[in-house]
Amino acid sequence: MRMDLIQPFINSADAVLAQGLESPISIENLSMEEEAYRRKGIAAEVCLTGEIEGRIIFDVDLGTAVQLATRLAGVEVSETDELVREAVCELANQIIGNSVTTLNDQGFHFHVRPPTLHTSDQGSKSSEDTEALVMCFNTSSGNVFMNVALRYHRRATERSAVAG
Amino acid sequence: MEKFAPVKRSEDGQPVRYLIVDDSVFARKNLARMVETFGGQVIGEAGDGVSAISEYERLIPDIVLMDITMPQMEGIEAAEKIVRDHPSARIVMVSSVGYQENIVAALQRGARHFVQKPVKPEVLYEVIKYVMRDDGTTPQGAGAGAGA
Repeated sequence: MRMDLIQPFINSADAVLAQGLESPISIENLSMEEEAYRRKGIAAEVCLTGEIEGRIIFDVDLGTAVQLATRLAGVEVSETDELVREAVCELANQIIGNSVTTLNDQGFHFHVRPPTLHTSDQGSKSSEDTEALVMCFNTSSGNVFMNVALRYHRRATERSAVAG
Repeated sequence: MEKFAPVKRSEDGQPVRYLIVDDSVFARKNLARMVETFGGQVIGEAGDGVSAISEYERLIPDIVLMDITMPQMEGIEAAEKIVRDHPSARIVMVSSVGYQENIVAALQRGARHFVQKPVKPEVLYEVIKYVMRDDGTTPQGAGAGAGA
């Protein structure tokens, strides 16, 4: 996967989480995921279409999600409160939206769909075209995972043009 | 949360009335909390562009805070439709997707300003004061925490 596509997501997660939680963030781990995606807790998925296609899943365990929601809302939020899921979706929206802003300003053109809750336990496996990169961010509220599986569409177009 | 001098309408000294449009309930609640610290009053909420238009017609708020990426109808299209029928509408786009093209499109279609998420209260406060300036509105009293 191209690092110039990934770096904006790392920078954006760092900035948005640090601002929202008012504490420093560190990247705990960064790895390629070869097996099918397995949900860890509350997960929000954002799909991209255009020159860059694919999906990003923002995933946190329930305890972390409750702490994040409480911190960001400024009021105590319980496990059963719908605001917990809403907070995870909104964080995903902000992190991915900021990354998309950087990528668009670098000349990549694509469209973002609103975040949706990813409810199935498992997702599709990575392919040669769409490798998944998993990032784990350590925050004061717990670990936050971001699973990024993107494909640079223009590459495929150029390849078919050469073949033709 | 910081303390801001209340922004009031010049014609009657009443609080500025807001319509908040965002598909995220969480984002709407956070924005509502923020504008209340500016002395504002949230008179309506909507979760998509279509409801935003009908809520605008019904409520005629002083300011609309409008997200861009939403289901059914996106914020820029909703802003355009509102401004076409109400040229004096004050719409501030509030979105995490803040690339140049999007900002230009929003402003060309009638939005007055753009604020990128995550929203910093002091930035939104300055934008509200700026957007309300044609109303002659000024903050009442001292102690503003703005520094955008």
